[in-house]
Amino acid sequence: MQSKMKESDPILEVENLSASTDNLPILKGVSITVYPGEIHAIMGRNGCGKSTLSKIIAGHPSYNITNGDIKFLGENINSLEPEERAQSGIFLGFQYPIEIPGVSNLEFLRVSTNARRKFLNKEELDTFDFEELVKEKLEIVKMDHAFLSRSVNQGFSGGEKKRNEILQMALLEPKIAILDETDSGLDIDALRIVASGIKKISNAKTGIILITHYQRLLDEIKPNYVHVMSDGQIIKTGESDLALELEEKGYEWTDNFIKET
Amino acid sequence: MVNENLVKDVVKEPYKYGFVTDIETEKIAKGLNEDIIRLISQKKEEPKFLLDFRLKAFKKWQKMKEPDWAGLGYKKIDYQDIIYYSAPKQKEKISSLDEVDPKLLETFDKLGIPLTEQKKLTNVAVDAVFDSVSIATTFREELAEHGVIFCSISEAVKNHADLIEKYLGTVVPASDNYFAALNSAVFSDGSFVYIPKGVICPMDLSSYFRINSGDSGQFERTLIIAEESSSVSYLEGCTAPMFDTNTLHAAVVELIALDDASIKYSTVQNWYAGDEEGIGGIFNFVTKRGKCLGKRSKISWSQVETGSAITWKYPSCLLLGEESVGEFYSVALTNNLQQADTGTKMIHIGPKTKSTIVSKGISAGNSKNSYRGLVKMGTKATGSRNYSQCDSMLIGDQASANTFPYIKSQQSNSEIEHEASTCRISEDQLFYLQSRGIEFEEAVSMMVSGFCRDVFNQLPMEFAAEADKLLSLKLEGSVG
Repeated sequence: MQSKMKESDPILEVENLSASTDNLPILKGVSITVYPGEIHAIMGRNGCGKSTLSKIIAGHPSYNITNGDIKFLGENINSLEPEERAQSGIFLGFQYPIEIPGVSNLEFLRVSTNARRKFLNKEELDTFDFEELVKEKLEIVKMDHAFLSRSVNQGFSGGEKKRNEILQMALLEPKIAILDETDSGLDIDALRIVASGIKKISNAKTGIILITHYQRLLDEIKPNYVHVMSDGQIIKTGESDLALELEEKGYEWTDNFIKET
Repeated sequence: MVNENLVKDVVKEPYKYGFVTDIETEKIAKGLNEDIIRLISQKKEEPKFLLDFRLKAFKKWQKMKEPDWAGLGYKKIDYQDIIYYSAPKQKEKISSLDEVDPKLLETFDKLGIPLTEQKKLTNVAVDAVFDSVSIATTFREELAEHGVIFCSISEAVKNHADLIEKYLGTVVPASDNYFAALNSAVFSDGSFVYIPKGVICPMDLSSYFRINSGDSGQFERTLIIAEESSSVSYLEGCTAPMFDTNTLHAAVVELIALDDASIKYSTVQNWYAGDEEGIGGIFNFVTKRGKCLGKRSKISWSQVETGSAITWKYPSCLLLGEESVGEFYSVALTNNLQQADTGTKMIHIGPKTKSTIVSKGISAGNSKNSYRGLVKMGTKATGSRNYSQCDSMLIGDQASANTFPYIKSQQSNSEIEHEASTCRISEDQLFYLQSRGIEFEEAVSMMVSGFCRDVFNQLPMEFAAEADKLLSLKLEGSVG
């Protein structure tokens, strides 16, 4: 599917990746390549390994890579710390954004943005300049300024948490964003805001991986490729119509693919 | 699997105040008896009432037993093996700062407390105490213009004997506890503050306590009196060199607030804590208490306790005046083999009195960190309220955190509310911050600061920044 000639180099290459936690294998040889401008969707039942894949790409310490490589902009990043990956332009949108009591959202966003800017050799922003920048980005996710003075994700509703994730993505301007079930727990209006935010932030130079259960996000953001995962493997890859077929026939339909492979 | 080891590495503390000033000192012989007390009193040219106060306290102390109810583990203190008076040698009478030994000025410079006219802090008046004596007090003339008295307690004994005689020992009586009795017998120096009626003190006042000598104890005594409708914000900082022996620090602080007066007392305590094996460090056994004597008076304690091998300290409020207010905001960080037993007592005596307690304990390494507090509603404290919140954060799996809240109410028409929680820095929180490009150490430090936010918000601005920095420093590994 991805063998056709591409004009530029890939952003992310996951090559035959296997990983385990507590000696329990979770990923069993996953390969995905994302080129600039591409949107990939990963679908699959709960527990198939899609969230794990996203965490491993972001560098979560609980998982051990037992085989294979993750390459970002051509460099192997298997042993990089999570903060190094983030600074260099990998973004993970959390399925369940974490609450950090007492840490103001504004300060968190500023420190985080500056860490990325430092990596890019851009000037770090003081409180005033950052206020300006963040105001502009708040528009994208239609968030109120009052969110900034609250503690990170604390007391946020499910939708607010997800919008806060997209706000972070907007500030960090990643090369690749892996969005783990960003659509779950959103009502239809919030889903539209989040989807349009993602579209505004991404461009021809960035890549996106959407992890989702539902077609409704993919109606808003049309993927170039759809991958179906099962038991730690990608069992089928297709174009956007694969998601529609999946919606129609359910995951039971995909069980046949496992038998085929 | 959680990065416990990493977290532990991060919490390693560099102590940058551990140097010793090489200076000629005048020390008296080790040991404690009536003659020693007479000698201290004589050196300080004290009036008879004070010598009597000391001797009476000493007699009481001799009959008392060192308290062990806090369950702190330490080698028995040999009170005869301590020097009770140690002072840097300098000219008898110093008329200006120019005559202060440059080594002393240099010491305070190094501690970030410049004293000379050119370099002194512009918005804070400082009383600098070195071992047993006060070296200098800045901004005295400016404060005097407002009628504010800010000087060492030794000077106050000479120049304001009436105030000392009237108030000394009225909040913390000599017989209050073992260490208060000891202090009352041998106290050497400390600060004295008097704010006259109706005066809002034009700048923050602060005392900086420096222990330099390894074999002498420090027994300072602070007395603050706020007359009707006056207010003052007072800051206190402390450091000591790194010795492999333990040094005893037994201070007494007394605050008195009259009608509509308010006193805010903030401490950043960073005495040497001992090394990783628990060798050395200060024994910080301190009695601090404020008396809200007047109607609508207010006393607020805020403290950031990061140092000392052992801390035993319960800044308290006696709420006598109707509608008086007591507050206690505390952050206590312990690491390695440090032990902290700290909290407060809010004694509601008058009607419609109000108190707030917010305590944040962070325990790392093999340390032991306890909150111990008492809220008491007396028979006349009708319509009074208390709110207490005690939170503990554990770093690593060897540290311990305890909360001992004692509540006594002698009548039904009052409210007491207590909340407590214990948390741990979770791997998921760390990963979340890291996945946003924030370095591991900064992530830990951010979360600890966040945990302490409610208390930091109560500190004077410069102090809050310093406290935040101090915690980060303690959490920063060898980077500091």
